[in-house]
Amino acid sequence: MVWQTIKRWYHMLGSPRYFYRFSSALLPWLTPIALLVFTVGIVWGLAFAPSDYQQGNSYRIIFIHVPASSGALMGYVAMGVAGLVAVVWRMKMAEVMMKAIAPFGAVLAAISLATGALWGKPTWGTYWQWDARMTSMLILLFMYVGVIALQNVIRDPRQAARAAGLLAMVGVINVVIVKYSVEWVQTLHQGSTLKLLGESTINPAMKYPLLISMLGTWLLYAVNVMVRARTEVVWRERRSKWVRKLMKDGGQ
Amino acid sequence: MYFDSIADFIAMGKHGFYVWSAYGISAFLMIASMLLALRGKRQVRQTLARQWRLEDIAKQQAQDTARRQQSSKQTPEVNDESGT
Repeated sequence: MVWQTIKRWYHMLGSPRYFYRFSSALLPWLTPIALLVFTVGIVWGLAFAPSDYQQGNSYRIIFIHVPASSGALMGYVAMGVAGLVAVVWRMKMAEVMMKAIAPFGAVLAAISLATGALWGKPTWGTYWQWDARMTSMLILLFMYVGVIALQNVIRDPRQAARAAGLLAMVGVINVVIVKYSVEWVQTLHQGSTLKLLGESTINPAMKYPLLISMLGTWLLYAVNVMVRARTEVVWRERRSKWVRKLMKDGGQ
Repeated sequence: MYFDSIADFIAMGKHGFYVWSAYGISAFLMIASMLLALRGKRQVRQTLARQWRLEDIAKQQAQDTARRQQSSKQTPEVNDESGT
């Protein structure tokens, strides 16, 4: 039963045309919801959450730093899975998704690094240190850039997807390193105070705006990926009848 | 609101520079990425529209040529290569 369902999903989502229809219906809802959730989380965190008893107000960077970092990490795992499917099963939609996931992931990794540096200066007294967490996060940004570059350098999109897919898969190891770097080795960067399983050690008055801005960031990421994937689908399927008809009818 | 005044909010204790530049950079990068995605969408549409328009013109010309050749076969005395 479960296997059948997974198989049906795989085939449905594997169809570019089905994805296009599905995302056409979803985007008009998802975009405003994502913007609203993100704005609520950020405004709450910046203006309404209490200040930290040690860090004062500089800690408010957390409301963009942690959501961006989590988005960059999750996005990379998703890109790695898409890469695996693209390399092993040559699924077209996996190639499209891999290409669509990379740019915003790179943006979030860059935001994570920039906001981390700006938070580090008033808190630790330095913008940057080559500790395990920060170095592995910088490598994550490079992995994203590498995947994007490979896709652009190789002319044939299917061959490009295979090369980029391999790189994306290998890079997942780095995500594990980022995640556990603060536990395995001594780092300047602190461990996580927010836990999905078990008790968080962060004040609830800070936790809720953080969770909301995290959700908002992920939703914005989803919107970005969908817009890019739709463009890629239209381009790749430009010789098919349905795309021609859609574009000639001035469809969205 | 946690802060007593707008001035307090902007000052962020004495960490206004760090907090606001962090959010400024983030907003800039996220908005830029979204605008680039939308530009990509527009470009693909324009490219395809142009390509299909050219194809349509080419098809039309091919049809016209075929029709002219047909009619010139029927009336050999007005056989005019230039098609005037």
